[in-house]
Amino acid sequence: MTMSTANLPSANSAAGKTAAPLGKLKAVNLNFYYGAYQALHGISLAVPANRITALIGPSGCGKSTFLRTLNRISETIRNTRVEGEVLLDDENVLEVDVTALRRRVGMVFQKSNPFPKSIFDNVAYGLKVNGFRGSLQEAVQHSLQRAALWEEVKDKLHKSAYALSGGQQQRLCIARALAVDPEVLLLDEPCSALDPIATAKIEDLLFALKDQCTIVIVTHNMQQAARVADRTGFFLLGKLIEYNTTEIIFKTPAKQETEDYITGRFG
Amino acid sequence: MTLRNRWRKILSYLMLSLTGVCAVVAVVMLFLILGYLVFNGWRSVDWDFLTKLPKPPGEVGGGMGNAIVGSLQIVLLAALIGLPIGFLAGVYLAEYGGHTFAFLVRYMADLLNGIPSIVIGIFAWTVVVVPMHHFSALAGGLALAVMLIPITARSTEQFLVSVPQTLREGALALGASQWKAIATVVVPAAYRGIATGMILGVARIAGETAPLLFTSLNNQFWSAGWSQPTASLPVMIYTYATAPYPDWHRQAWAAGMVLLLLVLVANVAARLILSRGISVQR
Repeated sequence: MTMSTANLPSANSAAGKTAAPLGKLKAVNLNFYYGAYQALHGISLAVPANRITALIGPSGCGKSTFLRTLNRISETIRNTRVEGEVLLDDENVLEVDVTALRRRVGMVFQKSNPFPKSIFDNVAYGLKVNGFRGSLQEAVQHSLQRAALWEEVKDKLHKSAYALSGGQQQRLCIARALAVDPEVLLLDEPCSALDPIATAKIEDLLFALKDQCTIVIVTHNMQQAARVADRTGFFLLGKLIEYNTTEIIFKTPAKQETEDYITGRFG
Repeated sequence: MTLRNRWRKILSYLMLSLTGVCAVVAVVMLFLILGYLVFNGWRSVDWDFLTKLPKPPGEVGGGMGNAIVGSLQIVLLAALIGLPIGFLAGVYLAEYGGHTFAFLVRYMADLLNGIPSIVIGIFAWTVVVVPMHHFSALAGGLALAVMLIPITARSTEQFLVSVPQTLREGALALGASQWKAIATVVVPAAYRGIATGMILGVARIAGETAPLLFTSLNNQFWSAGWSQPTASLPVMIYTYATAPYPDWHRQAWAAGMVLLLLVLVANVAARLILSRGISVQR
């Protein structure tokens, strides 16, 4: 696996130019409330299949909240409310069975959160709870290989997941999410606690994965969005200010706020 | 400025010393009690004491074999009833509890924790002993279970609440149902704390005397069954320590010592078992 990220933006923008079918995952006029506080205002956004979509914006702009409504993990917080629709393959996710939805839409969190179990059991967890019949051994190996972690952990599968480094733990969480073969993978600032080398590994991984699944990544890091994403959405104060191909967002944004944020004038 | 800094240093040093002194006082009390108990008790704990029945008043010798077995019996029954109920109630409070109902349950549990144990004894007397027309091990076990439930529920709740929310979300995000996530991730992540809380709870009720006075009462002989009066170590200690015979005083010390050892052994064994496995990273 190449560690260099210098060649990525060009490869990426080439991919962005091919017309991708919009709408693997679609938000339509989505509002979200924490109690009386409205955190999202009428977000409409369509995520293309087999592409990487980045959501950027300053802290508290609602990008993570938006991401968490896509697999309804937002419901774990009490006293929240959603209005509008989220469509996965034109099916409203707010109406489907939530556990079935989460099998199709996997998630990786900001801080790596391996379970207090062995590496093997971490990856096998999603398979076990979903009643997987087949060789767990093979499935776990395959997932770890997809997450580019297999070589590093193959001799210590039954050791604690906490024995791994931060970057390895995050890739373990990605392997865990991949094990159930999700159609969409949501990543909530997956590299915010990682050093540049671990970050580069995860970015390489995202490229390798996008043939097989649709990726939505929230990031604080604009260079990361520019490097990995085919499309980028800019959030500010709970609104989606601008959403377009990454090239346009970073080179010729239509909105003044986007340009101010991109060029570092605030945020 | 230097004066102010010096004052800060002195204050910091004083407060540190104060906390240290208080910590020492707390531990010294414990060691005094334990030391005095061991000093008085160890000479009297012999094979006869562990295996023989009590002698009639005034006669020297005999033992408390029946009370040791009786205590184990009653505490086991209390644990079998109290731990599962307390544990599941704790899971409810930590994981499912809504605002009003959980608040009420929590409040009642704290209240129940604070009720004098003799009142719980009277309660068990009213609901078990009176209808059965019998003092019994069953009634004693029930009384202790009533005490154990709120202790277990609150400690289980606290250890579950301290499990990071990200672990719950991680499990839910993989398509686990809420119950599955709790059973396979959240509870295992907290099981050491939960189990420790349970052991401490059992140790706490094992020494209770008041709830047993009206329920399992006492018995000079081996208990004839769960529905019969049953001897227990705390009640024996109470009876023997307040009797006018020096040999009974000796045996009361020995009983205290045995009770302490039983609790200690359970504690150490549980900790050894619990020290295996992976604990949560924070």
